[in-house]
Amino acid sequence: MSGLLPGFADPVADAQSAFRAVLEAVARPGRVQRLPRSPAPPAPLSPAAGAVLLALVDAETPLWLDAGVTAAEWAVFHAGCPLVAAPGDAAFVLATGAPPALAVLDPGTDEEPQRAATLILQVATLEEGHGWHLAGPGIEREHRLRVAGAPDGFVDAWAASRARFPLGVDVVLCAGDRIAALPRSVTIREG
Amino acid sequence: MSGYNFAYLDEATKRMIRRALLKAVAVPGHQVPFGSREMPLPYGWGTGGIQVTASVIGAEDTLKVIDQGADDTTNAVSIRRFFARVAPGLATTERTAEATVIQTRHRIPETPLREGQVLVYQVPQPEPLFRLEPRRSETRRLHALADYGLMQVKLYEDIARHGRVGSSYDHPVMVNGRYLMSPSPIPSFDNPKMHRSPALQLFGAGRERRLYAVPPYTEVRSLDFEDHPFVPLRARGRCSLCGAGDSYLDEVVTDDRGGRLFVCSDTDFCGERQAMREAAE
Repeated sequence: MSGLLPGFADPVADAQSAFRAVLEAVARPGRVQRLPRSPAPPAPLSPAAGAVLLALVDAETPLWLDAGVTAAEWAVFHAGCPLVAAPGDAAFVLATGAPPALAVLDPGTDEEPQRAATLILQVATLEEGHGWHLAGPGIEREHRLRVAGAPDGFVDAWAASRARFPLGVDVVLCAGDRIAALPRSVTIREG
Repeated sequence: MSGYNFAYLDEATKRMIRRALLKAVAVPGHQVPFGSREMPLPYGWGTGGIQVTASVIGAEDTLKVIDQGADDTTNAVSIRRFFARVAPGLATTERTAEATVIQTRHRIPETPLREGQVLVYQVPQPEPLFRLEPRRSETRRLHALADYGLMQVKLYEDIARHGRVGSSYDHPVMVNGRYLMSPSPIPSFDNPKMHRSPALQLFGAGRERRLYAVPPYTEVRSLDFEDHPFVPLRARGRCSLCGAGDSYLDEVVTDDRGGRLFVCSDTDFCGERQAMREAAE
């Protein structure tokens, strides 16, 4: 633990700022938000993924992550969250490489769809204005979002997941210090 | 006020509420349970709205608080002062256009809301089926099955008895075509403002420990029938102070001989119109 990196510089204000960015991202799917007050987490975590993690995850939310021992130690130290071995048992799933299939994550139940997992997915870049066509609540007509480094077959897997609404998984895409969200209510058409 | 965390709530509570809010936005109109905390004012005074506001605001925000449209009533003044004391750096305002977060009890401002604004409703009873089915376990199942026949029957009986769909406030709405939702006791006059609003709408019920949300540009349809369409109600008259003929009006009794007049319920809207009229004269 000697090389442990710090978390938020100002835990109260930085967590609020990160949460507001996530709230705005979830409320307006496909709009890219910046997180200027992110921490500098250990590789391979991006600043945005680190900020989203510290803002939302704590002792009440089991975490699954694929980012290696150093990143896991950092998350456990700063967030105090339990780690789980199976992604299906996690409230938050953080994927820096190929993520677990959407179908294996917890989709919630008919009476309690809020119990569904949140997938924090690290991608290469996020860009508004072209790429996928997004529609659904939070979108006036259509938002476009280009995601470089999205997992293979993601759009098809999303369509299958969308068919289960109100069950489903909510996704926060992270790239550098930028995020965009795909709440389960959104539909994606390849552009 | 020293000795308190920013915005009164501790960070673990804020995180819990924030997680619930994100799920609420992802499933528009669905009621999400949360661990409501004891607040320094009693249930019924907006504890749900205050906890949502406390979890959302930061020092860069500008907060407006209204009670039945007014910025200057006891509930609004005390909540605004509470946040000014426990959230150092937070600006407060009475102007709808300047606010980034607006906490409201039972009204939606007349001035159209815009993107970047968050409207936080204080909700006494989040369950729209509450008067028809008292068992929470049963209403949860009805929401899961999207089985809202009970409410349609209630509206039908209103029409059979009164000749019209009968609620002048808290008229139930369907959100995104999926969940039946209580708009909180706003007048039915305000229901159309929820439909495809550019602002994010969050709802907090402290005593009932539920919160829910309507994302921007989301369909919010007031429940009705094809042959008895929903009609928002408004007192026939004009505001005696600013002359507005299209705002929601409060009736004020002026003497004991039947004298009465109407004034805008939204004090900021009314004040601005009066100022504009004075400037024009």
